[in-house]
Amino acid sequence: MDVKTEILGKYNAKVFKSRRDHILQVEAGEDGKVQEIAANTRAIPGIMTNRGCCYAGCKGVVVGPIRDAVTITHGPIGCGFYSWGTRRNKARAGEDGKNFIQYCFSTDMQESDIVFGGDKKLRQAIKEAVDIFHPKAIFICSTCPVGLIGDDIHAVAAEAEKTYGILCQAFSCEGYKGVSQSGGHHIANNGLMKRVIGSSDQAPAGKHSLNLLGEYNIGGDGWEVERLLAAIGYEVVSVFTGNGSVADIARSHKADLNLVQCHRSINYVAEMMKAAYGTSWLKVNFIGIESVCQSLRDIAAFFDDPEIARRTEEVIAAELADVAPEMERLKERLSGKTAALFVGGSRSHHYQFLLRDLGVTTVLAGYEFAHRDDYEGREVIPDIKEDADSKNIETLEIVQDPKRYRVFLSPERYEELRRTMELERYSGMIRDMPDGSYVVDDLNHFETEMFAKALKPDIFFSGIKDKYVLQKGGTLSRQLHSYDYSGPYAGFRGAVIFGRDLVMGCYAPAWSMVIPPWKAAPSSNQQPPDEKGRNEGTAGGPSDA
Amino acid sequence: MLDLTPKTLADRKALRINPCKTCQPVGALYAALGVHRCMPHSHGSQGCVSYHRTFLTRHFKEPAIAASSSFTEGASVFGGGANLRAAVKNIFDVYDPDIIAVHTTCLSETIGDDLNAYILEMDIPDDKLVVHANTPSYVGSHVTGYANMVAGFIRYLADPRAPKGDRIAVFPGFVNPGDIRELKHLLARMGKDFIMFPDQCGVMDAPMKGVYEMYPDGGTPIDDVRALGGCRHVYALGHAASEEPADVLDKKCRVPNTVLPLPVGVAATDAFVMAVAAGGAVPEDIEDERGRLLDLMLDVNPHLHERKLAIFGDPDTVAGLTAFALELGMHPKFVITGTPGEAFVHRTEDILAGYGVGDCTVKAASDLFELHQMVKNHPVDLLVGSSYGKQIAKAEDIPFVRLGFPILDRYAHSYMPMVGYRGAMRIVELLAGAIMDRYDRDCADEDLEAVM
Repeated sequence: MDVKTEILGKYNAKVFKSRRDHILQVEAGEDGKVQEIAANTRAIPGIMTNRGCCYAGCKGVVVGPIRDAVTITHGPIGCGFYSWGTRRNKARAGEDGKNFIQYCFSTDMQESDIVFGGDKKLRQAIKEAVDIFHPKAIFICSTCPVGLIGDDIHAVAAEAEKTYGILCQAFSCEGYKGVSQSGGHHIANNGLMKRVIGSSDQAPAGKHSLNLLGEYNIGGDGWEVERLLAAIGYEVVSVFTGNGSVADIARSHKADLNLVQCHRSINYVAEMMKAAYGTSWLKVNFIGIESVCQSLRDIAAFFDDPEIARRTEEVIAAELADVAPEMERLKERLSGKTAALFVGGSRSHHYQFLLRDLGVTTVLAGYEFAHRDDYEGREVIPDIKEDADSKNIETLEIVQDPKRYRVFLSPERYEELRRTMELERYSGMIRDMPDGSYVVDDLNHFETEMFAKALKPDIFFSGIKDKYVLQKGGTLSRQLHSYDYSGPYAGFRGAVIFGRDLVMGCYAPAWSMVIPPWKAAPSSNQQPPDEKGRNEGTAGGPSDA
Repeated sequence: MLDLTPKTLADRKALRINPCKTCQPVGALYAALGVHRCMPHSHGSQGCVSYHRTFLTRHFKEPAIAASSSFTEGASVFGGGANLRAAVKNIFDVYDPDIIAVHTTCLSETIGDDLNAYILEMDIPDDKLVVHANTPSYVGSHVTGYANMVAGFIRYLADPRAPKGDRIAVFPGFVNPGDIRELKHLLARMGKDFIMFPDQCGVMDAPMKGVYEMYPDGGTPIDDVRALGGCRHVYALGHAASEEPADVLDKKCRVPNTVLPLPVGVAATDAFVMAVAAGGAVPEDIEDERGRLLDLMLDVNPHLHERKLAIFGDPDTVAGLTAFALELGMHPKFVITGTPGEAFVHRTEDILAGYGVGDCTVKAASDLFELHQMVKNHPVDLLVGSSYGKQIAKAEDIPFVRLGFPILDRYAHSYMPMVGYRGAMRIVELLAGAIMDRYDRDCADEDLEAVM
């Protein structure tokens, strides 16, 4: 029995029906047709999902990393507390010295605020934040009870903006909205588009300028990418939103090109900026050696400047020379291993390329909160049926900005480039997956265990909630949300760090000692760890083959 | 680090900055993991439980299972009854626990979901149980959430008709498995027949065997929770975490109790040992443990004497650490908790007064921003508390010892005790180590001593 049938067989009728279409085994279709998968539907009550909520997507993912704004969580203490310093979105203060990333701000609502309304407390909290910190922007992110009791946080924000003369933007990102973090991304994108992007017309200083969208600087990834882009000669105007700043995002519409790293969390901004300002966007992937080279070459082709093209090749050659010998050695240690990837909304795709660079085959991949377009490609967007949950998340009507709208590429060049690169399109993850591998949307605790047993991947990339489930079962698990406190993993140097981390995990001496010698089979009892670091006959530990 | 924190104390009424507490549900979840074959369940949006599982897993480096009612906007408007019914069915079908322990969230409390009614009307398989506790996030803290869930189990399960026997019960408080093991060690040495409830040993410190078990060997058996009703006496450790459940058990089953401070340090451990001995002899080997601790305290005295320290964290832990710091001859200057409740302040001030310390600021419902500002104005030699203290420690260059909850950035702490005489020895090692390492780091080369 194949693992999908086995899993579904354990479910009751309702769960079976809800899960059936979220699991598929990849088969190459005719004419490049991609299989359909169900995604972005409600989590099933009682089934242990890894998903978070709307607040987590808005405050935790998109808004929180902006370093120069005071982001106040309006709600009871938990939500603000859990999203304080736990995501590894690194930030350094800019010239103004403002870096609020180390701080957690909350209205810490009490019972009386729930009964009598929390807007008074919010108003007072804003006043205190202004008095103590003098920020140039305040963001307010609401949590579940705020929406239920009907606090008008937008009115409070508008009033504060008048009183203090600073940007004050509220995000109604109550946890119950939408079906996952994804709704929160959209709400955050809308807020940034409405109030921040386009609010300053300070032009870039450099000849070629771009924004880095969907890069949250986890473990310093964004800084590593920026280093490469700067070396080639690009000016990075803004980053959405790792180490990002209100000041930079405000003038992001002045850049020539938007690079989209995490498609799920930021594609709305990319599309809205295209509509309002004419800014083209390019899907890039800075994870994996081959992918970085391809992305850098795509960007160079977009700008079509011989100097940039030359610098691109020089930078690629220099970086490759630096990392190639060690990548080769790492590949020798990792070749033939298999991996499962279950992360948020783009990494499960991106990391397959880096794993391929290291000789590791992906046998299972899926997303926590993706939509069908992340799996199947953006061309399916018109076919995605809106449901009650997605209708609850506002879609902004974008009008062209008559003064600021400008188009970088000629229509002919645009069409030409669209054929050769992911310019304003994204082909999704499934197309890049090997035949026979599995794709699972919203993989749950039970399915994680079942897949780990059935497919026996050597490495399971996931998050903290299932890390130790897998580790206890003898599978190396590496967190791909937080990089297990390592990184950066982006770019050429990041690829090496990633490879080293895998070797470190696969060959940890402890794997070979899990079974006590008095319980081990006599033949392997006395055997020292072999060259690859583990004994035969041990339960657990990544396999060598 | 924390460069934007001004030295001038800010008067705040509404803005919480860098909290020293979190919300009730995570404490309820942790309590429920201390019952064997129990699935904790969060009645709210799935984001809550995602945060709570993440948070507990980061502290314990162990899987922390829990399910959610996964509210959507519809459920928030029409009530979460249907979601809870579906959740309970799915949990029993797929994960097969013996008991589901439901706790509420700010979401389900705000809309007024009546968990009593939902559970009464629910189809629950004959051999299975569903219990609940109300844990709105806008009341109390994670510590009260823990207490409420422990009380919730008692309300549902403790059996007033359980045969009365000689067994005692111990409520360990919001502590690590390492602490519970230490308590069990003391109880076993004293030859006591006891029920430890809740008991996260084996669950949140499960051994690596190469096989994942969703319900590992560990946790208080359900029959023992029922049998609490027949216990001779309950020793409830930690006022914030254990007083409420002990009261509930008394009211329901007439089991008398003694509420004791968390046994941290000499006097509090003495009190626990003597209370449990109940007039009987204390075994010699426990007395020897105590003797070794006292020996160590005298040995280390020159290094800790009059050292000023700031302690923050959960009320029971902080009160215990304050008492022990005083026993070590140290000088607590700031003692704060984020958990609201003035009882903590009074109790801690009494402890300080007992040692003639009148210049220590004790605060409940405080936060780390306030602590940082106070420390900026009146520097201390040592900071003791959870992981979030590392920011203040770095900003002010203060030696820092991690004790309490949560510790997200170090390993092995959850296996190690803080309670009991041996736990106290570990605390001494940590405190003295931090202070002496700092001396070695900062002293002139000619002052670096091989012997200290």
